[in-house]
Amino acid sequence: MTMKPRLAVHKFSSCDGCQLALLNLGEALLTLDGLVDTVHFAEAGPVNPEAQVDIAFVEGSINTREDVERIRRVRANSDFLVTIGACATAGGLQALRNLADGAGWLADVYARPGYIDSLDEARAIRDHVKVDLELWGCPVNRRQVVEALRALLFGVLPVEEKEKVCMECKRRQAVCVLVTRGEPCLGPVTRGGCGALCPRFGRDCYGCYGPSEAANTDALGRRFAGLGLVPADIARRFHGINSQVEPFLTGGSQWVAGDDRST
Amino acid sequence: MTDQHELRIRVPVLARVEGEGALDLTIRDRAIESLQLRIYEPPRLFEKFLEERGYHEVPDMVARICGICPVAYQMSAVQALERLFGVDPGAHIRAWRRLFYCGEWIQSHSLHIHLLAAPDFLGFDSVMEMAKTYPAEVRRGLRLQALGNDIIALLGGRSVHPVGACVGGFHKLPDKNEINKIKATINACYDDALALLEWTAGLALPDDRQAFCCVALQHADEYPMNEGRIRSSAGLDIAAEAYEQHFEEFQVPHSTALHAGLYGQPYLVGPLARLNLNRQSLPPAVRQALDATGIAFPSDNMFHSIVARAAEILFAVVEALRILEDPPDPVPSRVEVSPRAGTGFGCTEAPRGLLWHRYETDGQGRIRRARIVPPTSQNQARMEQDLKASLEGFGLQRDAAALRLRAETVIRNYDPCISCATHFLRLNLQRREP
Ligand code: SF4
Ligand code: SF4
Repeated sequence: MTMKPRLAVHKFSSCDGCQLALLNLGEALLTLDGLVDTVHFAEAGPVNPEAQVDIAFVEGSINTREDVERIRRVRANSDFLVTIGACATAGGLQALRNLADGAGWLADVYARPGYIDSLDEARAIRDHVKVDLELWGCPVNRRQVVEALRALLFGVLPVEEKEKVCMECKRRQAVCVLVTRGEPCLGPVTRGGCGALCPRFGRDCYGCYGPSEAANTDALGRRFAGLGLVPADIARRFHGINSQVEPFLTGGSQWVAGDDRST
Repeated sequence: MTDQHELRIRVPVLARVEGEGALDLTIRDRAIESLQLRIYEPPRLFEKFLEERGYHEVPDMVARICGICPVAYQMSAVQALERLFGVDPGAHIRAWRRLFYCGEWIQSHSLHIHLLAAPDFLGFDSVMEMAKTYPAEVRRGLRLQALGNDIIALLGGRSVHPVGACVGGFHKLPDKNEINKIKATINACYDDALALLEWTAGLALPDDRQAFCCVALQHADEYPMNEGRIRSSAGLDIAAEAYEQHFEEFQVPHSTALHAGLYGQPYLVGPLARLNLNRQSLPPAVRQALDATGIAFPSDNMFHSIVARAAEILFAVVEALRILEDPPDPVPSRVEVSPRAGTGFGCTEAPRGLLWHRYETDGQGRIRRARIVPPTSQNQARMEQDLKASLEGFGLQRDAAALRLRAETVIRNYDPCISCATHFLRLNLQRREP
């Protein structure tokens, strides 16, 4: 009898939303249990954080010294390390502190900051260890996770989705909210995968899947200025859930006060 | 030798809770010397990110505090901001929001009952194990969880961090087809919800009676969800605006989450507190089903929380059907909002209990300050108090494995959401403001 592949799901600083892509699988959750041996997945029950596994899913960003040690051990114990979601892949919303005075904030925040083990910045997993596969999205959806698992169980890497949300919009015949309503939509620079969810809801994309291939943030930033957004608002547009990834980082920073490209 | 009398129990990673926490317990000479529910997730500083952002960005940002109850965060936020700007989106939006919220209660409660809590009462480590012996019950739970997700997705596009809600209403409301489809799904789950309530009441739940103060919203016409006055079992009756005058939060050394107190005392929020205070507001069908279980509410047995959750699932199913019987208007999906400077308060009932928000804005509607008090921070002091009483009642002479399991069961019974609890900033900030 061959052994089932061993799976671990590790959590760092996050909202737990990406793990839900697994916990919300419904019936498929039980099928999955027949295909893999889940040795660590604290929220679902099994706790064995130091186990050797074939596949490790990692949710959340690295924020503490303890996190740094822990992700190194996860890396050493895992054949395939897959980040799930914006927090793990890009630092997530909490990485906005990297743009501010992170250390100062923490001192402001706690009466006894000494109790808190915290680094000054929230970082993506790849800033600390090698990552084999990154799944984007805040959150990742069930399809992404299942496709990745299926591919990995066959010993291949899934095809990476890099196309723009715009392409998904067109395929699904959604009305462009940027052109028709002048909404500051990030679809032209955001990676697809969500099925153009926001435009199909008649609203602007806010970039939760991270940058697409060939993302021209300069041009889009100028377009936003043309729509009447003030520079600080353009910066905040790019500095959202995936603020630490290029070209979103520079795409936003160039509009921060002191830069006069908007004029 | 004191060693013979000292027992240390350390649970470094609590299983089956949302987010990661730990428990340290020391028993000396058959008395609890120390007990700490440690929450060590680093704070994610949400209130700070919100500063300077436009009001319209708030619903998408606060959702990220918690993947399991993003709707609750969005609903408390839009309520606070609409009150601040003096807009009323109308009765139809209120009804759609209530439906949205029903979806989250069903989803979150089902997840907790089946994946997190029930394995404790049936002697399993995980739902996957439990499914081998109780396949029908687990499948029923997964169906209900999926129903909750479907309702959220109807109004939000997806169930985790839905994109549909905005200040003023929704970006889009469902069409006739979508409504008919969801109605059929809800109808198909009615019997599941009924059976689930009966089943939870039949579980071998520990009999652990304790005195505790319940806090929940209360509303004259309905079981509380989107709005109401803050009431307690000790007679408190205040508007959301007055929360800060009665409740305070404090930091404890072992936790990155704040503890909260009502006049300095622990209190309970969540399904049991809600049901204990609002049983009379349940629709007759739900009240009858609850009475038929033979468990009397108000109950002072914390372990009846799982029954309260099941009762609220049934309530949410009945309520969703009531709302859709004659569906609310699909237009306008939102009303225009004119921002202004001021302070606004929002308070709704998240699946885990009272979720209180306060925002200050400038004249353009940019956030100047935000404060968010989630349910798990409020329950933390109560959880530690419960753990002490429960373990003493259970028998401190028992072996470490038994004590450990009981302690974990007590904690999981609260459905603590550690991600929610660690989003915060402490309150007596020294802000460097202009
Ligand atoms: S990426 Fe988004 S959904 Fe996933 S854990 Fe982070 S905040 Fe939650
Ligand atoms: S449209 Fe943009 S913000 Fe909306 S879900 Fe897709 S990637 Fe995320």
